[in-house]
Amino acid sequence: MSVRMTKPWTDLTDENVARLPGQTGVYEIAGASDEVVATGYAGGRSRFGLRSELADRLTELGAGHRFRYEVTVQYLSRYSELVGIAAGRIRPA
Amino acid sequence: MDLSLSYEQQSLIETVRRFVRERIVPLEDDLDPDASELPEADHERLAAETKQMGLFNLGAPAELGGPDIGTVTTSLLAIEMSQHRAGLYTPCYGVFGSAAGLAQLFGATDQQKEKYLYPTLRGEKSGFFALTEPSGGSDPGRSVRTRAVRDGDAWVLNGSKVFISGADTADYGLVFARTGSLEDGRDGLTCFILDADTPGFAVRRVIHTLRSGHYATELHFDDARVPAENMLGELNKGFGVANELLTRQRVVYSAGCLGPAYRAHEMAVEYAPQRSVFKKTLAEHEGIQWMLVDNEMDLRTATLAVLHAADLADRGRPFRTEAAVAKILASEAAGRVVDRCIQIHGGYGVTKDLPLERWYRELRIRRIGEGTTETQRMVISRDILAARHRPVLR
Repeated sequence: MSVRMTKPWTDLTDENVARLPGQTGVYEIAGASDEVVATGYAGGRSRFGLRSELADRLTELGAGHRFRYEVTVQYLSRYSELVGIAAGRIRPA
Repeated sequence: MDLSLSYEQQSLIETVRRFVRERIVPLEDDLDPDASELPEADHERLAAETKQMGLFNLGAPAELGGPDIGTVTTSLLAIEMSQHRAGLYTPCYGVFGSAAGLAQLFGATDQQKEKYLYPTLRGEKSGFFALTEPSGGSDPGRSVRTRAVRDGDAWVLNGSKVFISGADTADYGLVFARTGSLEDGRDGLTCFILDADTPGFAVRRVIHTLRSGHYATELHFDDARVPAENMLGELNKGFGVANELLTRQRVVYSAGCLGPAYRAHEMAVEYAPQRSVFKKTLAEHEGIQWMLVDNEMDLRTATLAVLHAADLADRGRPFRTEAAVAKILASEAAGRVVDRCIQIHGGYGVTKDLPLERWYRELRIRRIGEGTTETQRMVISRDILAARHRPVLR
């Protein structure tokens, strides 16, 4: 597993979000020019895991964004890793 | 033999038990089930309360502002403080202070104490402890390969560390490096205080394990220069620093394993008479009764072993063997107890609705952390074979 999230981006739309799994995991959301505007996780209290979390983000951010995600039960440590990389506290080789 | 608790001990236990149940547990209803941190405002409010209670920085010696309550009482409180969902690895989310994890700093120079220890005790700075390497952690005398070479007024560190908690958010770390030859074993290791912003030092990744909230990291040192005055203790005597304090902490660590097990057992005892199956409550089934009996035996045996080691420590008697026995018994018994409690709760036992599944995952790590069961057995067998073994009662 790469330390940075490297999956391809998907358009953040109702249709794509509806296809997401209800599992726990982490996600990143990018704006029009690929810059990450949000990092988050679907944890143990998420209603329908990644699906409901990203549905909430879509409502909040509106159209014109893209997302990528990873299913993982270690969602908190993976989330901390992604945030640490963004903040420069974790520097992958 | 009087095993009864003093009035002071009973009073402290009651105070901490109430604090956990009234202050900590209700907050967990709103946190992620794997969370290891409180919102900052809650943390500050509760830390202020523990300071007012005179129980902040439990692991610190009295001369450094610790409450000076001895290892027995500290162990009893560790059992209480860990009786909530995150309690095993972050008892009360650290609102009782974090002094215990950096005991080596208690023996630091005055200058080092001013820069690192006192701000840590005040909660203004945090540090990490870096010993384990990719080549191993149980036998650091031979497994530490990170090298420190003297260069003018500094030491230059090269190497890597794994399974290090808190390094990505810490201000400094205690890093063990080889300054002698590999044949020197432990006598070739020196401890250094490394500032987290030192060029050449990097946290490379999070190591994802069974526990999600309180995670470990991988560190790299690439010509990281540490000022000579940041050597902690003597050259090649990194392990001489606070050795006895670390053994004491092993006793308290063992006690901490028991808190979630006590709480899980309590939950099972409450649940068994309520749930019915095959026209009887679970409590009326002999199979369940025996699980509860096995829990009771495990908890009593492990608790006595922990308190025995703690009592010897407080009386200034040798207690290394007893600390190792306590570590094995407590970490393994607690795992068995929580496993049985999950079985009694059935499907709900493995859901995140209850804390049992988190305790089950995290307790598995306790058989490895702070010296594996097998390492503790080696400690005990060495003492037996070197005729340092003593009767249990003395």
